[in-house]
Amino acid sequence: MNNLLSRATPYLQATPLLIILGFFLALPILLLLVVSFWDYDFAGMYPGFMTFNYAETLGSWVTWKTYGNTLKFAAIVWAITAFIGFWVAYFLAFHVRKASTQTVLFLVCTVPFLTSNIIRMISWIPVLGRNGLVNSALVGAGIVDQPVEWLLYSDFAVILAMVHLYALFMVTPIFNTMMRIDKSLVEAARDGGASDWQIIWNVILPLAKPGIAIGSIFVVTLVMADFSTVQVMSGGQSASVALMMRNQMSLLQYPAAAANAVVLLIVVLSMVAGILRIVDIRKEL
Amino acid sequence: MTDMIKKTGISRRNLLKTGAAAVAGAAVGSGAITGFPTIWAQNPITLRQFGTGVSNLNAIAEKCKADLGITLEMTATDSDAAAQRAVTQPDSYDIADIEYWILKKVFPTGVIQPMEISKLKYYDKIVPLFKTGKLTPDSVIAQGTAPHTVGFVEAKDSKEFAKGETEFFTMVPTIYNADTLGIRPDLVGREITTWADIMDPAFKGKTSILNIPSIGIMDAAMIMEAMGNITYADKGNMTTAEIDATIDFLIKAKQDGQFRAFWKSFDESVNLMASGEVVIQSMWSPAVAAVRSKGIACKYQPLKEGYRSWGGGLGLAAHLEGAQLDAAYEYINWYTSGWVGGYLNRQGYYSAAMDTAKEYMSEDEWGYWIEGKPAVGEIKAPDGTVMEKAGAVRDGGSFLERMGHVACWNSVMDEDRYMVRRWNEFIAA
Repeated sequence: MNNLLSRATPYLQATPLLIILGFFLALPILLLLVVSFWDYDFAGMYPGFMTFNYAETLGSWVTWKTYGNTLKFAAIVWAITAFIGFWVAYFLAFHVRKASTQTVLFLVCTVPFLTSNIIRMISWIPVLGRNGLVNSALVGAGIVDQPVEWLLYSDFAVILAMVHLYALFMVTPIFNTMMRIDKSLVEAARDGGASDWQIIWNVILPLAKPGIAIGSIFVVTLVMADFSTVQVMSGGQSASVALMMRNQMSLLQYPAAAANAVVLLIVVLSMVAGILRIVDIRKEL
Repeated sequence: MTDMIKKTGISRRNLLKTGAAAVAGAAVGSGAITGFPTIWAQNPITLRQFGTGVSNLNAIAEKCKADLGITLEMTATDSDAAAQRAVTQPDSYDIADIEYWILKKVFPTGVIQPMEISKLKYYDKIVPLFKTGKLTPDSVIAQGTAPHTVGFVEAKDSKEFAKGETEFFTMVPTIYNADTLGIRPDLVGREITTWADIMDPAFKGKTSILNIPSIGIMDAAMIMEAMGNITYADKGNMTTAEIDATIDFLIKAKQDGQFRAFWKSFDESVNLMASGEVVIQSMWSPAVAAVRSKGIACKYQPLKEGYRSWGGGLGLAAHLEGAQLDAAYEYINWYTSGWVGGYLNRQGYYSAAMDTAKEYMSEDEWGYWIEGKPAVGEIKAPDGTVMEKAGAVRDGGSFLERMGHVACWNSVMDEDRYMVRRWNEFIAA
């Protein structure tokens, strides 16, 4: 009896998580998968097993081009946020000595996040617009004759807003892993005659990899699933995968959107698997 | 204890009586409901109305409650959701407030019951545009889903639209308007006369069209035809070849950088115009008013090819019967009796029964909104905000000039699904 209880305990302990994940993760994804095979018209969805939602999605050059575009955003935003994230975290972890200052500066990093995502994004519009702050300043200072058009409603605007929105998701995990790096390792390296750059390259960077990996997962998944930033900052001129889905949903083409979502899920999961393959995040936690 | 309850009961009944009398008094005083039975005040009836147009206006529900005692429960949705709900949840509403192109999709499924024209008190006051398609006897019938083509059926249980006027009306028209391009007169620097002007290389990177496929394609069609690129058999029902030609043209214009942005919501169109990012774009009339209310010059420019028009109406759910059906007719008769018409006209839309609406508008309001005359005093919106100063003239002029020059109506195409797919390609390209 006692034996049975001790064997059942781990299962009982896992039950709450199982229920939550089952209801809020597994079940919706299962429904998504089922619906993606249904038929539809403007009035409703009709259960069945049709593969044309996938055929239409995968057979259209729009899908490929849109995935290309979204992956391009993901790659550029990832590179920039990883660069910024690493240096901000490095500064916080190794150059700021007092723990209290560290905490204060880290909180300063999070201040912009106290406002809504949408507001932070939209506030770029008056800054970058044709008659916006940047253009007024440039024209006023005589640097350019005509306002610079590509600042707003362009890929540049999309990437700028995304970096702004998602940089902290990179800073936080990297800062976290860097704080766990044993300072004596840095001292040992210095005693051994390593220069600052050698320490960063050979000691800190390898040890910060799990943080970079976690940050990368955040940033990549957020960019891949983004629709509002792309819609607003490109002025509807650029497409993203999620935006394509949203267009389909607003036209009540749910099965088509579901098929699209399943494809996106597979792509993103493969990307996350790839990141985890390169860096074992559990090793260093 | 019993005593107390009784007392409360009596006093509440007294209160109700006084309240009803006050309402009736006010109504009689304003002359609003002469000839209407006030029976609904004693026998409360609720009508559930959902849709895209007038369901957004709470003032109408309040006035209806005051005049008729009928409680209107209004739900506003976007047009695609409205079409779906009309068909899939026919018992969830009593009155459908939908656009005519949605009716074309929805009516054949049997969820809307035709109205008997003999029960419509103000049928003869409804403008002929909704009966024959001609505003004046010599008007040309516009392309697209013109309301009169889906306005009548032969019999009560018929699912097919009749060719001409019959005894059965599918919807009572409520709200409609003529759309065109909005411009910044201070920034375009020249006369704008045609839909083709939006493609002028001088405005490269300073134009926008709306990213709602079913409406955007119509604006694109107006532009295509104005440029002389193509002549459509029916803009409102393109063939796949015509859709291809139109989308290919849009994709080329986009890649040449003609457009600054594509807008999806009302506020986006206002901001694009107000910030000067675009100087000429597809626009809706309340958006033009919103830009102007910021003190920025904006004009709803009439164009020689004519307007793209839209219109909506009220239809009766198939399940309505008995007292509820009577109440629904009562509501629709009240609706066309003038107060609502005046209210809509004052917002810059048009009422279907113009003669009755006239009685609820001042001479100056009627002159400005409907006759295209210069305003004598300040023109105010129903909520009291000043819309135009004295001397202003409505863009496009009078009702007859505007609604008399409709080139096409919003519509649903047979190749709808193909069109949406190609439209998505245009946005992704």
